[in-house]
Amino acid sequence: MTNNDKNTNAEKEPPASTPKSAKKKRKLYTVTFFHNWCKSCGLCSAFCIKKIILKDETGRPYIEDMDSCTGCRFCEIHCPDFAITIKNRHPVRRSTDDNG
Amino acid sequence: MLERAEIIRKEYLRHDKKFPHVWCPGCGNGIVMGALLRGIHGLNLSKDEVVLASGIGCSGRMPTYIDFNTIHTTHGRALTFCTGIKLAKPELTVITVMGDGDATAIGGNHFIHAARRNIDLTAIIINNSTYGMTGGQYSPTTPFGSKSTTSVYGHVEHAFSIAELAVTAGASFVARGTVYHAVHLEEMIQQAIRTRGFSVVEVISNCHVQHGRRNKLGGAVEMITSYKENAVLVGKAAKMSPEELEGKFTIGVLANVKKPISTEQYQRVIVEARKNSHKNSSEKEKNGIKRYEE
Repeated sequence: MTNNDKNTNAEKEPPASTPKSAKKKRKLYTVTFFHNWCKSCGLCSAFCIKKIILKDETGRPYIEDMDSCTGCRFCEIHCPDFAITIKNRHPVRRSTDDNG
Repeated sequence: MLERAEIIRKEYLRHDKKFPHVWCPGCGNGIVMGALLRGIHGLNLSKDEVVLASGIGCSGRMPTYIDFNTIHTTHGRALTFCTGIKLAKPELTVITVMGDGDATAIGGNHFIHAARRNIDLTAIIINNSTYGMTGGQYSPTTPFGSKSTTSVYGHVEHAFSIAELAVTAGASFVARGTVYHAVHLEEMIQQAIRTRGFSVVEVISNCHVQHGRRNKLGGAVEMITSYKENAVLVGKAAKMSPEELEGKFTIGVLANVKKPISTEQYQRVIVEARKNSHKNSSEKEKNGIKRYEE
């Protein structure tokens, strides 16, 4: 057991020490809600592992922090109304914010 | 390039059929429909090769929305219609979508005899433990003691398991899935379609409006979460003790056997009977004439 614990600790360390490379390689996704078909059942917001799908006062889902989406597609697969689409998103280049 | 979800929405759904569909918000039928479409899309079957049939009930609305060769039949008789389709056109992939009441109460005889004959069909049975469309009456799969409109003081009868019934009746492939495990369900449906012979996929689904509300099981989210907690894979369940398995159900492939298929055997009979009829036609005619004369 002790050997296994050591191994798992050793494996966990490298990603923590190199966060920059991990962030650069991370893929971005866009989640689109097709509100005409949505019935506000709340499955997507309840089962989202990052808890980024929020509900407005009428129960309709929306996302503020789109960059946190991991692209697991749980919401897309479990949407009973075919109202969610997830697409790969390429990061915006030449943004003015970076240069000042 | 279109994403898979977009392809499924644009290619496989009938957009003139008044979307959003009629099912309640959070109903598992929509998830099963998605898994079925993704499974068929993954198998690269063309839309003209697939026949989708259904009986009456909430699940009976499914073929209305999907752009295959579809038929919406009478209550419990979806399998009999499918038997006819398969005998007439054996090259088609025939899939039936039924509810638990449709498959095991009204169509119970058809179901066990389709399994016994081993017709080359795929039956997807959505088990939500109640008759949802007609107002929440108890069905053959309603658990003992649970409440419904026809069992207000708790159900006095015992439920039976659809998947185990199909195994005993002699189906080639039997699997169980839940709406929470949608990717697993998609694989089970793909395996069922690929299997030659009668294949059954029982899907444990939620009816939070009729069944969940009366038994205080919560809404769609709570019911679907309970499937995550109570479902045990078949391989893991074999190692667990009966006490640990109490209140839980197994998911995965429950039976996978190779057997002669009745529809294929029937085609063989047709060929042999035609050969014999050509050989003996002259003798038979003579015999027939003799009998008439006698």
